[in-house]
Amino acid sequence: MSVKYTEEHEWLRVDGDEVIVGITEHAQSQLGDLVFVELPEAGTDVEKGDEVVVIESVKAASDIEAPLDGTITAINEAIVEDPTLVNSAPLGDGWFFRMKLADMSELDGLMDEAAYKELVG
Amino acid sequence: MTDLKRTPLFDLHVKLGGKMVPFAGWEMPVQYPVGVMKEHLHTRALAGLFDVSHMAQLRLKAADRVTALESLMPVNVAELKPGRQRYGLLTAANGGILDDLMFANMGDWHYVVVNAARADHDIPHISAATEVEVLDRALLALQGPAAEAALATLNGEVRDMKFMDARTMPLIDGPCIVTRSGYTGEDGFEISVPKEEAVALAEALLEQDGVEPIGLGARDSLRLEAGLCLYGNDIDTETTPVEADLIWAMQKRRRENGGFPGADVIQGQLSDGPTRKRVGLRPEGRAPVRQGVTLHAEIEGPQIGVVTSGGFGPSVGGPVAMGYLPTELSTPGTTVFAALRGKFIPLAVAETPFVQQTYKR
Repeated sequence: MSVKYTEEHEWLRVDGDEVIVGITEHAQSQLGDLVFVELPEAGTDVEKGDEVVVIESVKAASDIEAPLDGTITAINEAIVEDPTLVNSAPLGDGWFFRMKLADMSELDGLMDEAAYKELVG
Repeated sequence: MTDLKRTPLFDLHVKLGGKMVPFAGWEMPVQYPVGVMKEHLHTRALAGLFDVSHMAQLRLKAADRVTALESLMPVNVAELKPGRQRYGLLTAANGGILDDLMFANMGDWHYVVVNAARADHDIPHISAATEVEVLDRALLALQGPAAEAALATLNGEVRDMKFMDARTMPLIDGPCIVTRSGYTGEDGFEISVPKEEAVALAEALLEQDGVEPIGLGARDSLRLEAGLCLYGNDIDTETTPVEADLIWAMQKRRRENGGFPGADVIQGQLSDGPTRKRVGLRPEGRAPVRQGVTLHAEIEGPQIGVVTSGGFGPSVGGPVAMGYLPTELSTPGTTVFAALRGKFIPLAVAETPFVQQTYKR
């Protein structure tokens, strides 16, 4: 199973012809306890860099960008109900959304785990 | 870029895993590893230790200090008894607020604590009226229901103190100025300590049951839930004490007799009522509504006010905010709307504090 990373600290896990998107352990630890998550609607077409998710900690609000072009196919309602899932399981139950990429080959331009680990030190 | 100042507890913060950030010219811990949420809840449940050494501590000992302070503030300084502390406001000729502060009558001198971000303004401002000595000491705050028991292990005399009492006593060795006050809505103390004893005092308190270090992040969420103003956000040179709903801080003699900067404006607002007022706000839903978000009487309507402080209240379990609204819309229960990311979120005007205060009266 292939996992890719962005410089905005998102991870993308390939699942069939879709990808599942979330934020990394490093990102959740920097943000601190989340108190609010706003997700896009399933079916939304997005372009790389679009602000698709709003997350807020006690301290501050942050935007999460669409990692690549595509269509949001499903969202994780559980993290809207309980934003702390993102803190406790960022790589698992704290996923944000699934998307169908416009071009799966664009994944090749993202970082692999070794490169991401180098980025966050 | 000027060099950031460090408090005597800097190395201790780093050792405790504090995340150090620039704040008002100082390098201060915004949080420790457990994070803002747990630090906030811990302070309300047991006790939190805060380093507030960035705030400026002043000693006023000249004979004219009482009349000088009354010439700068709409506050009764003359009748504050020895051993007592009071909230004060420095006002400007337009009635605006130059800073808020705490002052205490220590008998033969007055102890004044002003905001770090305003120290460079306040020290010359007060010095123009009376002689000011800047105290080079550390300042710790110990807040929460377990604060009294923890501090009493160092000097049992603190058990006799009530809210807003001020005393000088040894805790480690040299004299500390202890006030039973704070900025969280909880019972607790602020402790001015000789800086060479600051680490020993902090470590002695952190050894006590229930005392954990707390950063500036939780300090802000605690004071917001307590409905306490942050200078620069909720009050500034463009807000008067009447608009800021701080009439209680101006005692009767001063309100009636004037004799402070901006008295004409403030007395006019006292008799006619202000056109706008600071209020508490409870946003519907979970989204925090933060400083700078505009307020509207109706969806898509024109702006009528602004949020001056806002965020998530961990003890409230939801978003809380403060802001300014036209007086006719400032009654608790009134619904207004915040323009948030293109949507209009309903908020209810609410009484502050948002949490029950636990001061020891």
